[in-house]
Amino acid sequence: MTMKQPDNTLLHAFADGQLDATEHAEMAQWLATHPEAAAQVAEWQSQSAAMHAAYDPVLDEPVPAHLLATARSGATGSRWGMAAAIGWLAIGLFGGFIAGRNTDTASMTMAQLPLARQAAIAHAVYAPEVRHPVEVGADQRDHLLGWLSKRLGHPIVAPALEPLGYQLVGGRLLSGESGPGALLMYEDGSGERLTLFVSADTDENATAFRFAEHDKVNVFYWVDAGYGYALSGTLPRERLLTVATSVYRALNP
Amino acid sequence: MIDAEALIAELPRLRRYGRALLGDVARADDLVQDTIERALRKAAHWQGGNLRAWLLTLMHNVFVNQVRRNDALRGASEADAVELAMRDASSDGLGLRDLDRAMQALSADHREILLLVGLENLRYEEIAGVLDVPIGTVMSRLSRARTQLKAQLEGSPARPALTRVK
Repeated sequence: MTMKQPDNTLLHAFADGQLDATEHAEMAQWLATHPEAAAQVAEWQSQSAAMHAAYDPVLDEPVPAHLLATARSGATGSRWGMAAAIGWLAIGLFGGFIAGRNTDTASMTMAQLPLARQAAIAHAVYAPEVRHPVEVGADQRDHLLGWLSKRLGHPIVAPALEPLGYQLVGGRLLSGESGPGALLMYEDGSGERLTLFVSADTDENATAFRFAEHDKVNVFYWVDAGYGYALSGTLPRERLLTVATSVYRALNP
Repeated sequence: MIDAEALIAELPRLRRYGRALLGDVARADDLVQDTIERALRKAAHWQGGNLRAWLLTLMHNVFVNQVRRNDALRGASEADAVELAMRDASSDGLGLRDLDRAMQALSADHREILLLVGLENLRYEEIAGVLDVPIGTVMSRLSRARTQLKAQLEGSPARPALTRVK
């Protein structure tokens, strides 16, 4: 409270998390009563967050073989372990149909519904679920992705949305008439949930982003290489688009 | 010597940095390739410590040399403008490029400082080492770069963010 106007350098250091704990706390206290400076800091932080959103998908791309070969050529150490790990990261994305199993009303009719409605309904059914939002939780991430990959017959990866504040909750298998589909659920610190729905879309090979709203659930959906993807949530359209673009980039490095 | 696994583990981050710096996949991977070749040649000089910061230092030096060479060969700014326009025309229509376009419109100095701080989370002192400039320069450059990025983001015409299909 007694702190005087900090210089610009300190504000940047605060925004970038480069102050020690005491300085950080003092600055946070000062900013609480100086909204203009606080807004400045928030803007700088949002710039950094935007960079992560724009460029982090590169981290999940396969590293080109020639770079791996060069890195190995003159260096020491185990050559294959990490390459195998990176190979795993490189595997592509999912596919599948909505399967002909029983279960609830939402999935019973899914195969007949357009992608966005299927996704919105799945979101509406599972997102409010407190005790059983997913079948397999993110604590068993490898098992979850391995299982869905196996059932869909395609390797599945869960896009990393941590830079946007969303953690993977887990996922579940959905069923319809002709094969399995997948639903991955994410959640932010406030409990806001997003779901990514994937199914085969045999009608179209690829489309641009589309937007739909169904019973207050906003959906961005697209078709790529014969598979439909739909990101659903109740957050505002612009924010959902930000996440959807990150998902798209993660799936299309 | 450098441990191969440690070096390979840094490749995704180097690629991300290169992509953000150059705005182009192929050129970024060329830059990464040149960087790791240089790292291997200079491995004997590496004292240990922060491998990432050392690699970023090498990358910065390779980049600066390339920029100088390109500037000597041709008007770099015109060439960059053409490339940006082409990339924009071929964009996927998802409005993903706004931040990238704003970044690429900045000077290389400003782009680098923003990436080292915001993406790589290096400490200011480390950045001074990577760029081989005094810390005061790091801070003043960071401040100007953030102002410039804001101006670019606000100045860029608000394009429709996506192609909507009925």
